[in-house]
Amino acid sequence: MATKILMPALSPTMEEGTLAKWLVKEGDTVASGDIMAEIETDKATMEFEAVDEGVIGKILIEEGTEGVKVNTPIAVLLEDGEDASAAEDAASGSQDAPADDSESSDEDDSADVSTKPAAQAAGDMPEIPMENIPEGTKFKKQTVREALRDAMAEEMRRADEVFLMGEEVGEYQGAYKISQGLLEEFGARRVIDTPITEHGFAGIAVGAAFAGLRPIVEFMTFNFAMQAIDQIINSAAKTLYMSGGQMGAPMVFRGPNGAAARVGAQHSQDYAAWYSHIPGLKVIMPYTAADYKGLMKSAIRDPNPVIFLENEILYGQSFDVPELDDFTVPIGKAKIAREGDDVTIVSFGIGMKYALEAADALAEEGINAEVLDLRSLRPMDTDAIIKSVKKTNRCVTVEEGFPVASIGNYISAVLMQQAFDYLDAPVINCTGKDVPMPYAANLEKHALITTPEVIEAVKSVTYR
Amino acid sequence: MAAAKKSSKSNVSAEELMSHYREMLMIRRFEEKAGQLYGMGLIGGFCHLYIGQEAVVVGLEAAAKEGDQRVTSYRDHGHMLACGMDPKGVMAELTGREGGYSKGKGGSMHMFSAEKRFYGGHGIVAAQVPIGAGLAFANKYMGTDDVSFAYFGDGAANQGQVYETFNMASLWKLPCIFVIENNQYAMGTSLQRGSSTPELYTRGEAFGIPGEAVDGMDVLAVKEAGERALAHCRAGNGPYILEMKTYRYRGHSMSDPAKYRTREEVQKIKSEKDPIDHVRDLLVTGKHATEDELKAIDKEVKKIVSEAADFATESPEPALDELYTDIYA
Repeated sequence: MATKILMPALSPTMEEGTLAKWLVKEGDTVASGDIMAEIETDKATMEFEAVDEGVIGKILIEEGTEGVKVNTPIAVLLEDGEDASAAEDAASGSQDAPADDSESSDEDDSADVSTKPAAQAAGDMPEIPMENIPEGTKFKKQTVREALRDAMAEEMRRADEVFLMGEEVGEYQGAYKISQGLLEEFGARRVIDTPITEHGFAGIAVGAAFAGLRPIVEFMTFNFAMQAIDQIINSAAKTLYMSGGQMGAPMVFRGPNGAAARVGAQHSQDYAAWYSHIPGLKVIMPYTAADYKGLMKSAIRDPNPVIFLENEILYGQSFDVPELDDFTVPIGKAKIAREGDDVTIVSFGIGMKYALEAADALAEEGINAEVLDLRSLRPMDTDAIIKSVKKTNRCVTVEEGFPVASIGNYISAVLMQQAFDYLDAPVINCTGKDVPMPYAANLEKHALITTPEVIEAVKSVTYR
Repeated sequence: MAAAKKSSKSNVSAEELMSHYREMLMIRRFEEKAGQLYGMGLIGGFCHLYIGQEAVVVGLEAAAKEGDQRVTSYRDHGHMLACGMDPKGVMAELTGREGGYSKGKGGSMHMFSAEKRFYGGHGIVAAQVPIGAGLAFANKYMGTDDVSFAYFGDGAANQGQVYETFNMASLWKLPCIFVIENNQYAMGTSLQRGSSTPELYTRGEAFGIPGEAVDGMDVLAVKEAGERALAHCRAGNGPYILEMKTYRYRGHSMSDPAKYRTREEVQKIKSEKDPIDHVRDLLVTGKHATEDELKAIDKEVKKIVSEAADFATESPEPALDELYTDIYA
């Protein structure tokens, strides 16, 4: 029986890719393990192997096609003895082809959940307006990934003392392709592949910063930075104070933070609250590509150790980025992502996705939420939060991290102390659940904060 | 300490011997005074004295040149004095006063001098080792011929980050001298009870880092070894390990009851191996100095230490608004 060959998912967060090249043609016999095609994901070019033997009956997606969704049929494989007409049947008729299994599962919600990681389910990220951009500025669509790379490249061109070090940042072009092209432009002196020794290379970078260099340390994920957290906190964050201002660690620690998709408990933690606890550190967690770019440039120039918390789901998302020679965003300034009068939703990073989706849904029910994107967590723009709450008298915070001692808890305390008389309802903190991240897709989805939970929280504080 | 290399004692000038004597004596008198001030309640917290180990820093600083950097653990007073930091500023930091190197905000374990290229003063065992390699990384990156000294103890030599650092320092040929000050005890745990292999200078072999054991009670042997290590690093050959076989006379910190070793053991080292007596003997038997000249040095050193103690007790406590300065640059 002819079977369809489907566009494969080649990484935990891949939703679509480019069918770069076919290495087989119609009529070719393939065996299990033969390389049939090259597929480009947003991270890498991967070889795609046959899992069954047979004859390529028909190629459905031409090479060079971009944006091929995962699970799209890309070719038809014939069994021994079948002729080309079987391929035509398989390609047109879809009743018994494997690709249809997922369609038929639409009737069953739980099955649908199990085919899509939680964070992918929502599709594109909502865009938000920008402030302080000169009139007439042109914009280009850029992914967060590209914006980060451009920010680092621009700063490395500006100052020789800026360098990038981390696992796979050079020859591999970055585990998440953030540093793509940097080795070629800046050479191995400034784009430094390290062995897998987070504690050691973080400490070496701290020493280099003490001596006047400006290291950017990439952690493959902030989960691995726990191995290095003593150097980040005890050495980088505290030295300026302990030396009476004589020397400090002007450097950036960056990498993906928080949940990706289906990577389980040890690769999914959000460290926003952990690092925000520490005097001496600055902590940044942006949402849009423009903020990623502008804040990364500010972080590299900042004379303090900066924790720059990125998000793997956002890496591939596109946003408008201003085409300016030197676009920076100040650290410590929140931004109103959406204006409203009824309630203030405060969030940051990927949390903004839930906040904005909730605001859209609430608007349809006549509740106008003001959505505040903190962007920086330390220093935190509490003035902006208080100002907004004085207008709306209600506040809901949204983050993916754990609920105990969360960023939202801190915001609640600030509001109680500084805006108590303006509050018409208790502040609600929407957070990830108080559990290690489970692997199962349905459980993962519920372990994270969900948009319906944000909507429910807003309705609760607005007494609807 | 049998395996450690002795000095050949050739070509040492009287002037050089006198200088070593004076600097080691300065550290010892300073530390004795610090112990006294601790007893009087003028120094608080943890206070780790360097008495007995003076030859290590004095010998290595004699081999170093302007521009070389150093970083060490919390047993750091000797390193600071040896690299030329002002005893007044160091003592005032111990007493937590405005005139201290860190304006009283660092304390005994956390002190720095950008001017003297002293990068701390680190309270977390072995954290200074990758930092020292990072200083060397910067030297190589900027193309200078400076070398960094990363000092750590026999206890720190068992920490994981030391070996992560050895690997990268060797891989990248960083000009870093790893100085293991083996004073035989990691707090109360003897080397034999804490280290599977007691020859710590061999710990770099797996990473291709040459090492040697040195009689750390002999300042001339230390200096010679330092010169070898510096030549190796400056020639671009990567890091070098010096295991200094030394001994601390006092407890781990001021609050150490020292039940883990006998008085006799300590007394034997003091009478047979004291690094200051050793140089004094060389000066006297070689007729390089008279007893009167040595007494004059003793007197001068005592005066400097006494003035440092006066400064440290008279300097005011930091202003309260210092609480909120130097958190961010």
